[in-house]
Amino acid sequence: MSVMIIMLIGSLIISGAFLIAFIWNVKDNQYDDDYSPAQRILFDNDNKEEEKTSK
Amino acid sequence: MKSPDKIVTHCFHCGEECKSEHVFVYDKHFCCSGCKLVYEILQENELCTYYSLNQTPGNNANIQVRTDKFSFLDNAEIQQKIIQFTDGKQTHVTFYLPQIHCSSCLWLLENIYKINDAIVASTVNFSTKEVFIIYDNQKTTLRKVVETLTSVGYEPHLSLQEINTKPTTFSNKTKLYKIGIAGFCFANIMMMSAPEYFVTDSVLEGGIKQVLRLFIIIFSLPVVFYCASEFFVSAWNGIKTKYLNIDVPIALAILITYGRSLYDFFYGNGMGYFDSMSGIVFFMLIGRYLQDKTYQSISFDRDYQSFFPIAVNVLKENKLVPTSIDQVQKGDTIQVYNQELIPVDGILSKGTATIDYSFVSGESLPVSKNIGEIIYAGGKQTSGMIELLVVKAVSQSYLTNLWNKSVFKNKAPKNNSYIDALSKYFTILVLLIAIVAAAFWYSKSEYTLMWNAVSTVLIVACPCTLLLAATYTNGNILNIFNKNKFYLRHAEVIESLSKINYIVFDKTGTLTRNTEVQVSYSGKSFSDDEKQAIASMAQQSAHPLSKAIIQYFNLQSIDKIKDFKETSGKGIEGWINEHYFKIGSHDFVFNENTNSTNNNSSVFVKIDKEYYGQFSIKNQYRFGFNELMSKLKSTYPIAVLSGDNDAERKNLEKILGQDADILFSQKPEDKLAYINYLQESKHRKVLMVGDGLNDAGALKQSDVGIAISENSNNFSPACDGILEAVQFSNLNKFVQLAKHTQHIILICFVFSFIYNVIGLSFAVQGILSPFIAAILMPCSSISIVILTYLLTHYYSKKIKLTNYDKSHIFQ
Repeated sequence: MSVMIIMLIGSLIISGAFLIAFIWNVKDNQYDDDYSPAQRILFDNDNKEEEKTSK
Repeated sequence: MKSPDKIVTHCFHCGEECKSEHVFVYDKHFCCSGCKLVYEILQENELCTYYSLNQTPGNNANIQVRTDKFSFLDNAEIQQKIIQFTDGKQTHVTFYLPQIHCSSCLWLLENIYKINDAIVASTVNFSTKEVFIIYDNQKTTLRKVVETLTSVGYEPHLSLQEINTKPTTFSNKTKLYKIGIAGFCFANIMMMSAPEYFVTDSVLEGGIKQVLRLFIIIFSLPVVFYCASEFFVSAWNGIKTKYLNIDVPIALAILITYGRSLYDFFYGNGMGYFDSMSGIVFFMLIGRYLQDKTYQSISFDRDYQSFFPIAVNVLKENKLVPTSIDQVQKGDTIQVYNQELIPVDGILSKGTATIDYSFVSGESLPVSKNIGEIIYAGGKQTSGMIELLVVKAVSQSYLTNLWNKSVFKNKAPKNNSYIDALSKYFTILVLLIAIVAAAFWYSKSEYTLMWNAVSTVLIVACPCTLLLAATYTNGNILNIFNKNKFYLRHAEVIESLSKINYIVFDKTGTLTRNTEVQVSYSGKSFSDDEKQAIASMAQQSAHPLSKAIIQYFNLQSIDKIKDFKETSGKGIEGWINEHYFKIGSHDFVFNENTNSTNNNSSVFVKIDKEYYGQFSIKNQYRFGFNELMSKLKSTYPIAVLSGDNDAERKNLEKILGQDADILFSQKPEDKLAYINYLQESKHRKVLMVGDGLNDAGALKQSDVGIAISENSNNFSPACDGILEAVQFSNLNKFVQLAKHTQHIILICFVFSFIYNVIGLSFAVQGILSPFIAAILMPCSSISIVILTYLLTHYYSKKIKLTNYDKSHIFQ
């Protein structure tokens, strides 16, 4: 039965990690704008790097 | 002779119909040279992905922005007010761009460094329509950054209101924290309660049971003391003001559940009802969040300050000095340019003034003013540059006084919500049941059963389900409205909207379109040559009526005019191909001096001394106006209050019927008085639909005030809801859906009652175990959530209010 305590603590740690991640996200304003990040992924990354090096 | 069918082409840049200024170049159609210019800028800088991401993503660039418009941004003091941060190298600034509406905008604004490489970074916040820019202040200036943005069609909105008031960072954040923690605790408590439900005592050995229970208690602490705190606070406020809102019984239920559970744990060797309690708190918090989500890019509280520019050009010793608007004094001479707002009351000293007051007074057509006449703030100058001698500072102008009138400020306090009333009855009913059960068991001397019964009755019959039904329904309905371009200030407006029984409309800008005019001609018909000649004459004039005539004729080529003469405000005359044309007002064309106060919307035409006929120019009614009126007329009495003259009386009477109140030449005070009269003497609940500053008082006073907005650049006065003009014809559907909302809430509540009855049947017998509660509560919550969703979408489909256009959020 002591195995249950270990499992319990383990699952609490994992779900606690998720909770902390959630709170961190909210703090970082990640949920302020839910439209842009979805669109940004789809944009082509125009060769900004190449331009910079060639200049 | 019928003209051949015209193929309608749309502008590649902005999507509007190409009319007389049509340009066809690079194999593409543009409606005007402004749009073409923007295309060229994007083309040069390799930014054409803008067009591949969305169809016609641009804004109509017809109205050119004056090159010196932003010269006031060179002024260091004004810069201070706008900039967020600056040091020797970089400057941070945030601009509000109301034109942002799609992913192309997002893409372009974040790639704007390609046009102006001194811009280091730009990030868009789509929900607030802001762009945050970091630029190198050694290589460029604030003014140049703003000019870059304007050149591609994203002119920042700079106004006094944004600068003077600190941005209210309403954070949904605390709500999200609470939801997160409540969810975490709820799930874990359920997980830890499971063993005790499903496993018999003999298997659970040792202190496992105690350990689990201890953990449960620990996890329940944040739920009760942090997450549920808003219910306690609101309930306490309610009790203090003797207004019993729905949070009072909820707070009571949570407290009793918690108390009973603690008692069970410490004295009774029981499990308590921690899981049910935390589940309920979790669901209720989500419901509240859905209902109270605010739209950050829309402001329902704009006042006159957001209407005015930040600075004007003041003429000091023959030099133009951009001055902050609150520093303009009486006696200064200011310059106001074409298509710009008059910021202060002044006397016209130079130039041709044709002022469009439609936003302020509701007059549909621009008014001409002569030199020496006073021009009031708030109008828009439409015929070139003028100079004004200031007579009153901004804070003293007629407009400001109008806005600040105390009668426009106080809003009548909201009536009791129907939910709060329902919850009162519910609480009384529950208390009655508890008392009856207590009396019953007391009479049988079963004291433990009695306490059991009373506490569990109060736990199970929690009005939480009522709150859930209300909040989730409201949240869904607000969402549906949002998708249909109808934005409400908060959920209580839905209920007010369902109760209205009288509708009042403003005319100019609300029932009529701001931009399109309708031209009709009566008289002797013109030959094609004559048509071209008249259009060519009109082309030379800057007067808005001339523009309407050009539209009517769809000018193809221009004739040469000899001896063209324009008498400002009266008419134009000239020779084309040996014929003499005289076009203008009645007095001008007939050389009379009757000085009639005939409305300004008729244009008379005389060719070679022969009178041909007249054009009548009117604002066009909105699309769907007739059908909407006939649908609304059958259910609601309708009135129209207009600041304009009564030229439209016959038309409106035909559509609305003879008994409808149709009043003209209404000043803002008159409109307000009418609404008051309806509310007080006739005891009506009034819905007012308006658009301009002249409706401000009436919108505030009415039970529901809705402002019509044609595009995001038009700012609406303070109101309870904003309806985009394209959806105007669906107004009746919105009101219908609001009425259905109340039915939906009731249905959900009755449904939840079934759960309550089942639970109560166990509770009164005193045998409601934590296990049963743990099943009942989440089940009832989830089923209500699903039911509200299904019902709201069913009703909206039934009245055919489906999604309008997914890609445009606020266009």
